[in-house]
Amino acid sequence: MLFGFPIVQIVLFGFALTNELKNANIVVVDNAKDLASQQIIDKLQGSKFFNVQKEIMTPSAIDAAFKEGKIKLAVVFPVNFNTDLLHLNKASIQVIADASDPNTAQTLTNYVISIVGDYQAQLSPTSQVPYTIQPEVRMLYNPDLKGAPNFVPGVMAMVLLLVCVMMTSVSIVREKEMGTMEILLVSPVKPLMVIVAKAIPYLVLSIVNLCVILLLSVYALDVPVKGSLILLLGESTLLIITALALGLLISTITSSQQSAMFASMLGMMLPTMLLSGYLFPIENMPVVLQVISNIVPARWYYVIVKAIMLKGLGFSFIWKETLILAGMAVFFTALSLRNFKIRLE
Amino acid sequence: MFRDKGFTGRLFIAPAIQLILLPMAANYTIKNINIAIVDHDHSVTSQKLSQKILSSGYFKLADYTDFDSRANKLIESDKADLVLEIPNKFERNLITDNTQKTGIEVNAINGVKASIGFGYLSGIISDFNNDLRATWVQPERTNPLPTISVEPSFWYNPLLTYYIFMVPAILVSLVTGVAGLSAAFNIVKEKEIGTIEQINVTPIKKYEFILGKLIPFLAVGGVVFTVGLLISWILYGILPLGNIAVLYLFLYVFLFAILGFGLLISTYSETQQQANSIMFLFMMVFNMMSGLYTPFDSMPGWAQFVSHLFPISYFIDVMRMVVIKGSGLHDIRIHILCVFLIGLVLNTWAVLNYRKTS
Repeated sequence: MLFGFPIVQIVLFGFALTNELKNANIVVVDNAKDLASQQIIDKLQGSKFFNVQKEIMTPSAIDAAFKEGKIKLAVVFPVNFNTDLLHLNKASIQVIADASDPNTAQTLTNYVISIVGDYQAQLSPTSQVPYTIQPEVRMLYNPDLKGAPNFVPGVMAMVLLLVCVMMTSVSIVREKEMGTMEILLVSPVKPLMVIVAKAIPYLVLSIVNLCVILLLSVYALDVPVKGSLILLLGESTLLIITALALGLLISTITSSQQSAMFASMLGMMLPTMLLSGYLFPIENMPVVLQVISNIVPARWYYVIVKAIMLKGLGFSFIWKETLILAGMAVFFTALSLRNFKIRLE
Repeated sequence: MFRDKGFTGRLFIAPAIQLILLPMAANYTIKNINIAIVDHDHSVTSQKLSQKILSSGYFKLADYTDFDSRANKLIESDKADLVLEIPNKFERNLITDNTQKTGIEVNAINGVKASIGFGYLSGIISDFNNDLRATWVQPERTNPLPTISVEPSFWYNPLLTYYIFMVPAILVSLVTGVAGLSAAFNIVKEKEIGTIEQINVTPIKKYEFILGKLIPFLAVGGVVFTVGLLISWILYGILPLGNIAVLYLFLYVFLFAILGFGLLISTYSETQQQANSIMFLFMMVFNMMSGLYTPFDSMPGWAQFVSHLFPISYFIDVMRMVVIKGSGLHDIRIHILCVFLIGLVLNTWAVLNYRKTS
């Protein structure tokens, strides 16, 4: 079960989920049926982004098709398309997009615009267009623009946190609920030892999980570890310690397993998922959330992992984040131990 | 159910918080891209280009420098997402050679951000290029180039706000979470604590027992959904375009399916921890695959098929269709049918699985 989780996430992010748009169903309403429109339609059909259907639709038919979710976009050619282009040197095409998903609508519209732009460039006379600025682009760290590099570090953070925080807190609270905690505490074993004994299996489990993820990402997803592996493991241990401490903290303030689970979710999973920068970019969020994201340990860990794994940078680049993470580890450990001792008395 | 005092709190607070926080965070619009400009030319043209880039509103200037190494450091430390390099003698060579290259380096770890950022930048550069030609080129020299203009119209969401897209979907995921978890927990908790034995000795039939668990949860699901709708109206101004009754109808069919799933899981698990883990795993997976965050149609065939086995993707679709586009009962008929079938299968399975003598 606990192994399943990281594997599933990797499979999902590596193979199933992506932000790229492909195979979008669109309809082309070709009122012109002339050479130019046909050529553009051919280009649209040849593009991997679109699944093109040709049909003559009125606006209300388009509306109905949108409502049923059948198509995302309609491209409409006016009747005299080619004639206008030849004689007036300009013509226009209408693109109607289902903007319920604004990003998809914009991106698909942009694709259409760029395909039309390509066609337009082909129409120009063969003489070179004067004063051309040619941008030459290099995509760093992830030249194929794959989704995996962005997600893998995030998955790592999620998994470590999930296992450590939730499982630790639930397991300790379970003993409380069952009443076996009292029994443990009256035994000659020191309370600190009880805690450590509870935490160690999860520590080991997390490290194993981490290795599984790294192996999967290197061999199955082609996401390499460019930097030092030892540094990566070291930083991860820091995060694990922080997470274990948080789990302990939660267990001292909750009294039922359900609330422990719930507190872990609300206090850990949710902020980690949302505010660590892995699923949603932090710079897009309102300032309040950006400030709050600073206290989420996963946020710093995510930066560190990206730097080590994807950019291959050394310690000198991440010393600040490491310091913060270490500070958090110390702080939470101290806090939770103190809380636990108080609870005992 | 209400005896656990945490419960009512959880019921209202969790969804409320999530509904407020999630949409604010889940904003994929790409903006505030940090760009570092390395200008080796320092000509009027290069400065005009820089100004144009910065005044576009998409970019924030990370640094304007003469040194490549400084700019590279900025990308490495995540302070810049893009570097534009304008070579030496840019303006002069553009005039004499008719063409010049500019270097662009993009931090492509986040592929979406990289391609959109690059898209903006190259759009601005080509605009700039066209302006340049308009001023430098004598009008008689060239024939007007044929231009095809594309006129986009964005239906249902002309302002292209992301909230209206995310909020209904997030509401779905919340209702699913609350309802599903509660359902799974309930039976398992009784199993753990031992009250299940007591119920087993009563003459109550299997299905009556399950039904007795089901009904309060349907009520609870309905409440959470209503609270969610209110919050999305008050906070985000989202009012469903379509018929609200249609939404509720679908909600109940959906809850029927989800609770069936929760019960099914609880009949298979012995401890709350187990139930929680399994439930959580499934929720995670189906949440991600439902089209909530990433486009559904971009998933490979097998992933789409798997996602069709679980009600969440249907509900998210329905929510978006009815709320944003005003789709009606007829439009979602297939969705309702599928979810009902899934619910039937899950509930039957759960009932068959539940053994009175454990």
